[in-house]
Amino acid sequence: MNYFWDLFLGGITRGSIYALIALGYTMVYGILELINFAHGEIYMIGAFTALIVASVLTMHGLTGVAVLILATIVAVFYAAAYGFSVEKIAYKPLRQAPRLSPLISAIGMSIFLQNYVLLAQTSDFLPFPNLLQDVLLPEAISGWIAPSEFIIIFTAAVLMIGLTLILKFTKMGKAMRAVAQDREMAMLLGINVNRIISRTFIIGSALAAIGGVLIASHVGRINFYIGFGAGIKAFTAAVLGGIGSIPGAMLGGLVLGLTESFATGYISSDYENVFAFALLILILIFKPEGILGRSSQQKV
Amino acid sequence: MLKLIDVETCYGNIRALKGISLNVAEGEIVSLIGANGAGKTTTLMTISGLVPISSGQIFFNNKRIEKTDPDKIVAAGISQAPEGRRIFPGLSVLENLEMGAFLRADQREIRKDMDYIFDLFPLLNKRRHQAGGTLSGGEQQMLAISRALMARPKLLLLDEPSLGLSPLMTNQIFEMIKKINSEQHMTIFLVEQNAYLALKLSHRGYVMENGFITLEGQAAALLTDNNVKKAYLGI
Repeated sequence: MNYFWDLFLGGITRGSIYALIALGYTMVYGILELINFAHGEIYMIGAFTALIVASVLTMHGLTGVAVLILATIVAVFYAAAYGFSVEKIAYKPLRQAPRLSPLISAIGMSIFLQNYVLLAQTSDFLPFPNLLQDVLLPEAISGWIAPSEFIIIFTAAVLMIGLTLILKFTKMGKAMRAVAQDREMAMLLGINVNRIISRTFIIGSALAAIGGVLIASHVGRINFYIGFGAGIKAFTAAVLGGIGSIPGAMLGGLVLGLTESFATGYISSDYENVFAFALLILILIFKPEGILGRSSQQKV
Repeated sequence: MLKLIDVETCYGNIRALKGISLNVAEGEIVSLIGANGAGKTTTLMTISGLVPISSGQIFFNNKRIEKTDPDKIVAAGISQAPEGRRIFPGLSVLENLEMGAFLRADQREIRKDMDYIFDLFPLLNKRRHQAGGTLSGGEQQMLAISRALMARPKLLLLDEPSLGLSPLMTNQIFEMIKKINSEQHMTIFLVEQNAYLALKLSHRGYVMENGFITLEGQAAALLTDNNVKKAYLGI
């Protein structure tokens, strides 16, 4: 039972990170019908920024939770700026182009960002300080769950609830949903669609950056290539849950995380990816629109 | 109030509008009638700034707007209830109306306008928390017009409000359009295939064919015009 519980928590932890990144994919897809392949790189850049900031702060004698919080804040702003710029440079000029063009542009952006970090930093794995261990938790919590797991799950839950509330109740959130449902109609109502798209990229990038900082602290090392793997997994989670659906991305992330965790624990860690992608194939065969996705409606 | 001079609009190589001129004065209901594919919807989309103009000028309250962004055009006072209604299916009735008032910040006045609309269309009030996509065609049309009104426009553009509605519902909608015009002194530019209903409601009318305006005049005169009768009224 204890083993099961460990695997369960590990799966939820992993799934929370997938969900945070998957939200960026699904929100952008909802509005632009574009798979933003550079999204994984934004996550990686977030982790790198946090590493640099944390190293600098530690050198200046700062320790503990302050480093974690400052590093996360800087990473969020930095990643948001990257996400914003990627959209302006690689996707906005192609708004009227055939759908394949921005997709190619996204892949190009992904490769560019990977190599940019490779050249600017290094191709080796860099150790990432465990910033989460400095957070002190009450005995009641740390008794049944590892602190870093708890922080990851808790933070992800807060962020996802926050995002849901923003989309549901704020004017900007409603406008985002309106743009996703009918972009042209939104324009006819005076909604500045370009601004809404920019904000979507900023929010998605910020969430990915937080995911990057959390998982990097948890795992303990990063390199320029982590965005690719995490990106593919998060994209799988988004498709699993139903791409374009916000709750779908959250659920898809958790389902994928749990599947991987249990497959690793009960069968073999060699099969982690096999099970993740087998799950995706099964979903695509039996419920192509995803767990919570709606079958695509033909526009009249 | 609204004046189009020699407006041309192209989709790629196809000229959809081949130099049309028309005007709408304050307080009027003006209708634009014509067959499918004549360029009526393109005319409205060009005015709203969603389709780029190729040449010509559009004046709104003596300011040129043909190169203005769509959101600035709404802010200037033109709002549109487009063809096919285009209600946001996943947003509630209330949220659809809020989106109509997107550019406004005067919460109290927005509330007041919503009350007016729920007064005008009590059916919408009953369904205020229901998703827009679950409404019937007639209800969606009411919502589309209401949503456009929420911007507090000076000029309301309506594209085929009778499309796909029963004759009874169509009459109801047209009664409402008349009421909005007379009660709120709303200027209305109406595009319709149902020429008879449109002309009966309007003060003036334009007839469009293949991207040209072929006929214009007082609505009453157009209703008795032999060419209009033959081509659009089926009499």
